[in-house]
Amino acid sequence: MARKKTIRTIPQARTPAAEQDPQERIKNFTEVTHGYGQEEALVEAERCLMCPEQPCVAGCPVGINIPSFIQKIGERDFRGAYDVITTTNLLPAVCGRVCPQETQCEGVCTVGDTLEPVAIGRLERFVGDMAITAGWANVPYIEPSGFRVGVVGAGPAGMACAADMAKAGCEVTVYEAFHQSGGVLRYGIPDFRLPNEVIDAEMGNLEKLGVRFECNTLVGRLFTIEQMIDELGFDAVFIGTGAGYPTMLGVPGDSLNGVLSANELLTRCNLMRAKEFPNYDTPMPPGRRVAVVGAGNTAMDAMRVCRRLGAEEVYCVYRRSRAEAPARAEEVHHAEQEGIQFKWLTNPVEILDDGDGGVQAMRCVRMELGEPDDSGRRRPVPVADSEHDIEVDLVVVAIGTNANPIIGQTSKLALNKWGYIDADEHLATSMPGVFAGGDIVTGAATVIEAMGAGRKAARGMKRFLGIRDVHAPYLVEGADTLFGIDLRERNFARIRVPA
Amino acid sequence: MAIDRLSQFEIVAREDFSDATYLLEVHHPLMARAARPGQFVIVMSSEHGERIPLTIADYDRERGTITLVIQAVGKTTREMQQTCTVGTALYGMVGPMGMPSPLGHARKVLCVGGGLGVAPIYPQARGFKENGAYVIAVLGFRTHSLVFWQDKFESCCDEVIVCTDDGSAGVEGRVTEGMKLALGKHADIDECVAIGPPIMMRGAAEVTRPFRIKTMVSLNPVMIDGTGMCGGCRVRVGNQVKFACVDGPDFDGHEVDFDDLMTRLGRFSGEEKAAMKRWSESCRMAQQAPLPPVKEE
Repeated sequence: MARKKTIRTIPQARTPAAEQDPQERIKNFTEVTHGYGQEEALVEAERCLMCPEQPCVAGCPVGINIPSFIQKIGERDFRGAYDVITTTNLLPAVCGRVCPQETQCEGVCTVGDTLEPVAIGRLERFVGDMAITAGWANVPYIEPSGFRVGVVGAGPAGMACAADMAKAGCEVTVYEAFHQSGGVLRYGIPDFRLPNEVIDAEMGNLEKLGVRFECNTLVGRLFTIEQMIDELGFDAVFIGTGAGYPTMLGVPGDSLNGVLSANELLTRCNLMRAKEFPNYDTPMPPGRRVAVVGAGNTAMDAMRVCRRLGAEEVYCVYRRSRAEAPARAEEVHHAEQEGIQFKWLTNPVEILDDGDGGVQAMRCVRMELGEPDDSGRRRPVPVADSEHDIEVDLVVVAIGTNANPIIGQTSKLALNKWGYIDADEHLATSMPGVFAGGDIVTGAATVIEAMGAGRKAARGMKRFLGIRDVHAPYLVEGADTLFGIDLRERNFARIRVPA
Repeated sequence: MAIDRLSQFEIVAREDFSDATYLLEVHHPLMARAARPGQFVIVMSSEHGERIPLTIADYDRERGTITLVIQAVGKTTREMQQTCTVGTALYGMVGPMGMPSPLGHARKVLCVGGGLGVAPIYPQARGFKENGAYVIAVLGFRTHSLVFWQDKFESCCDEVIVCTDDGSAGVEGRVTEGMKLALGKHADIDECVAIGPPIMMRGAAEVTRPFRIKTMVSLNPVMIDGTGMCGGCRVRVGNQVKFACVDGPDFDGHEVDFDDLMTRLGRFSGEEKAAMKRWSESCRMAQQAPLPPVKEE
């Protein structure tokens, strides 16, 4: 290797990624951000200092060895980079696109102390996309352990747990209530941010590990968690059913026909393909003037979907200020480029009827920030005599979700007072062999945090089942032996070295 | 992989009650085992289809089937009427969804079904009978040719009152007439269950209100997922917002805001009409089109 890099010798500016022009992209659902090409990736990889502290690894919820994969990119060993990422993260093409990197790996990057941080997310996506194009898949050598594992919910948490358990030799079945797998990746995140082909490709990798998917299966109602253990013969069960029960505004006019949850809007458009109505049967009439309440990632997605469906004016109505908005910085930036109008420090108090069951306008008050509340953010308080009406015909509510109640209604699992499943630090629930993770335990969070929880639960599950966590090496093409041991023939994990 | 799926959703039996109403039996042994009175399923007839909620009309644990009774009213249900024949399969069917109806300790029960609602009231009537209650069924239809399942009800109920709007069979008038007859004859009815169009359920709830008889109704609003995720099915019950899919579908009929329900049911009426029109036109086109040439071997 050449001499040591310093902050002065690396390329100073972050390599930009090409984007679709805002005026063009509001007319289509194809992806907004184009990924890096090989040259761009090589330049950006050069920006990593390979610092010994590696704060980025600690900043990643699944602990990807980030400097190592960036180094492989720098060496043009792209396959090697993919192998490094997939030892801890099964879905690089998804996570490179949807992780809030600015608060995770990139937020703590050493380069970021002085310059813009290394574009870790874009590099991860570059590797993930290259793997899809090239058809790479890392199928490790799996020795059947004889255990059967059931996973409830085919979203990010469930998939991460399923992958780890399949690699540990378990026979894994994933149950999903919808007719397609993917969970929030499929029904929630729109195509222009995460194309379906990317989800399909990365799900395909799970199937290659031997994971079986059973869609159209509502666990809790078709069979209970107890029945999975007692009758269906599962040795362990993971519950990753998500939060998903939308909070409505709770103001007068809340049940008018022009008021819907962001979940409903997004599910209609993404999963049910309402944007291709009438070719697909599910409708989603576009509003002409739309107000989206909330400023998280879901709110940004909802606004940008409405814009693409043909809404002329789209407002973001949020009771706090821009600094407190929970959305990824890139999403707010993209929404602004697409002509979304932000009404910060504004809170709806009533939705006015158009006399025909629809929406005429949304009555709001202005807010100002007071003392910090429990969350550490300054509490918004209404400004006196600031009532005003915003003329809209569609109100989309994106102010958060509660725990999905079905598992709680149908099992004896202990829940906390908000209805989320009680789990200990290994994500074990009150029922032996049953683990839970993701939004159904923590409340609404991010895709990567759910995946981190799925992997943590898998570790707990392996301990429960008595499977030793051996770092079995991947079976490299052409290399059937390691240290003279035939990997194909023997149970590698259990070889004893003769004394 | 498809071979060991839980169900292929094959249609194993079909019966046509009239030009608009038809019955399908779908093979799904696990669901037949799990289903309870009052629950529903969500059906997709094709990959491009919409998800429609249908109340479970019956289930047969031995044969492993779920019975659905469907009225061809919109594009999807009409298309299903043409395509869903024995030997074909649905694209998907998920369930049983919703809270099962509490069959409780009622000793004398009035089970009221109007039109298509006659089908889902059947498992409830049978359930009450199995629990040892005295069951009176009131079944309402527009006219005698639309009457179905009278024999099924007679085999599990103590009394069956059929009402037709035109008086061509049984009592003349709506189900409320039949209910009044039953209430006049029995002073000790302690529960009522009514399923049918919203307007009929409201009428039924008004009949029992003066008698203070607990009256449960089954609501069927627009839904997508049926698992509490979209909130599209929210209904107002006793001034509270409830999700019909996970909090219901059964609610106290004296508390339900039926005006709100009916407004919300009309939410997509424009799109529904447009889809219906487009579909009928494409059917007509298909009929007029010349037959495809026969391929010779």
